[in-house]
Amino acid sequence: MNKQTLFELLQQQGVSRRGFLKYCTALTSLMALPASMISTVAQALESARRPSVIWLSFQECTGCAESLLRSHSPTVEGLIFDHISLDYQHTLQAAAGEAAEHAREQAMKENYGNYLVVVDGSIPLADPGYSTIAGMSNLDMLNDTVAGAAAVIAVGTCSAYGGLPHAAPNPTGAVSVSSLIKDKPVINVPGCPPIPTVITGVLAHYLTFGSIPELDRLGRPKVFYGQSIHDRCYRRPFYDKGLFAETFDDEGAKKGWCLYRLGCKGPMTYNACATLKWNQQTSWPVESGHGCLGCSEPDFWDAGSFYKALSIPDGDYARAAGYAVASGVVLGAAAGFANQKTKSAAVSQHTKVSVDDFSLNQKDTNK
Amino acid sequence: MELFSNANDFLLWTRGDAFNIAIGLFIIGILIRLLEIFLLGRKQDFSEPRGSEWGPGLKNIITRSVVDNGTFKRAPFVVVVGYIWHICFFIILLFFVPHIELIHAMLGLKWPGLGSQFIDASAVIAMVALLAMLWHRLTHPVLKFLSTFEDYLVWLVTFLPLLTGYIAFHRMIDPYPLALGLHILSVELLLIVFPFTKLMHAITLFIARWYTGAMMGRKGIES
Ligand code: SF4
Ligand code: SF4
Repeated sequence: MNKQTLFELLQQQGVSRRGFLKYCTALTSLMALPASMISTVAQALESARRPSVIWLSFQECTGCAESLLRSHSPTVEGLIFDHISLDYQHTLQAAAGEAAEHAREQAMKENYGNYLVVVDGSIPLADPGYSTIAGMSNLDMLNDTVAGAAAVIAVGTCSAYGGLPHAAPNPTGAVSVSSLIKDKPVINVPGCPPIPTVITGVLAHYLTFGSIPELDRLGRPKVFYGQSIHDRCYRRPFYDKGLFAETFDDEGAKKGWCLYRLGCKGPMTYNACATLKWNQQTSWPVESGHGCLGCSEPDFWDAGSFYKALSIPDGDYARAAGYAVASGVVLGAAAGFANQKTKSAAVSQHTKVSVDDFSLNQKDTNK
Repeated sequence: MELFSNANDFLLWTRGDAFNIAIGLFIIGILIRLLEIFLLGRKQDFSEPRGSEWGPGLKNIITRSVVDNGTFKRAPFVVVVGYIWHICFFIILLFFVPHIELIHAMLGLKWPGLGSQFIDASAVIAMVALLAMLWHRLTHPVLKFLSTFEDYLVWLVTFLPLLTGYIAFHRMIDPYPLALGLHILSVELLLIVFPFTKLMHAITLFIARWYTGAMMGRKGIES
């Protein structure tokens, strides 16, 4: 099955040449490539083989898989998903226990060096017992599976940056995939959850070109994470004009003004929500009236209140100020008294000069 | 990169611990300086007052903001550029919405902000004014001779928040959390340096003006 090319597979399903080109057009735009790339994509796909994909779920909530699977069919996402060979995904596969693990080992053996590993969830290091699959710790399973992989795709903020399990005080010692895997390309597709289109866009890129897309400094594909929410936000003109919603139900909120004062983290968040949107391009969080939480950024859970503006200090500054006032008063008083002492010492050491002293000196100099 | 695993950590640090340290040192410094002045006291004045102190003192705080002709004739450049700089600086400080949010969070006061084009223009003018003043200081022989390290330090810590703020606003450094973090850090530097340098004039000017006005008022002199 895996020897089949994508084009052959589509043909088998009765997709015409025209349909195939339409599919390529959709794919090209999905990967955020210019229209001039359509023929390149088509050529690449005609010979592309179905990659085997092993999906590992560690400390996660299944939200990322849901995000992908709940996207309505038939979509380009759905098509992509159909055309990878998903050989192991323990939420979806029928097999359980030993049979399931056998499927993983089988896929690894058959496609050694060529399969893709998708990971959702973080890996606990504090105690391997916090999360195991078939008696195997997450760390062991990751190392074991990644050994023969062509690349790893870390789907969701938990596997990309540690996510919720990594939030302070991080009881399980959760870490990201990229902090463990150093000898294979790791593509981070963060988001809580990531936009399904982005997940499939990355898969499509690999499928089409057999290579990984260009990544930013946090390991995210630049095509999807290259711009901040704030830069592409349709509420941005209000931000620039200084028009802000003050509460979630005031006039400003009703008029669609900027949500900065309500804690929007759009200015520090790099993701594609503002352009790709959610639920078949229906809407996205800021459009529905709630500020961005910054879900595609490392440690966004620890970045202070979701409802505090980004410019507001986050620590216990009132306490710091209280201590400062107390010690300032003490130090100031000490400095004040020291000065007073200097002053009175100067006064007491002051010797008066009389007219006689002056004339005496004059005489002296006259000599 | 070792200290902070990513730019967001750095931003969080500047908004958290670093801010606490800076605001703490700022308050301690201001209190030391003020108590030093007030505790020194004045000898009691036994003469019969000829007028009130409070009214003329408060009036003097305002009237002294107007330049007198003599000063203007002697140093027109310093007066004009000085005014432009201070006005632009206060526009940015008090009417940029993220700044208002900060004041609101700390003091509970809130007012409407200005559109970014005003803030942006003010920032550019303020930076040009500061650069012009530095150039003036470096080229004016007497001023240059009188300038100390403190003068240049004060210039730098005032200029940096403007520059980093401008960079953050226009997202000229990638990633944005780094740009914003640098801006906040530069303001924290300003807060720490403030009480111990001539920047303190922003507070002591009120005391000095009030005192002059009050003394004159007591003696029955029009100030
Ligand atoms: S709503 Fe958020 S992302 Fe949109 S302009 Fe305002 S601050 Fe930026
Ligand atoms: S708007 Fe922000 S918090 Fe919401 S999904 Fe997009 S990146 Fe995540």
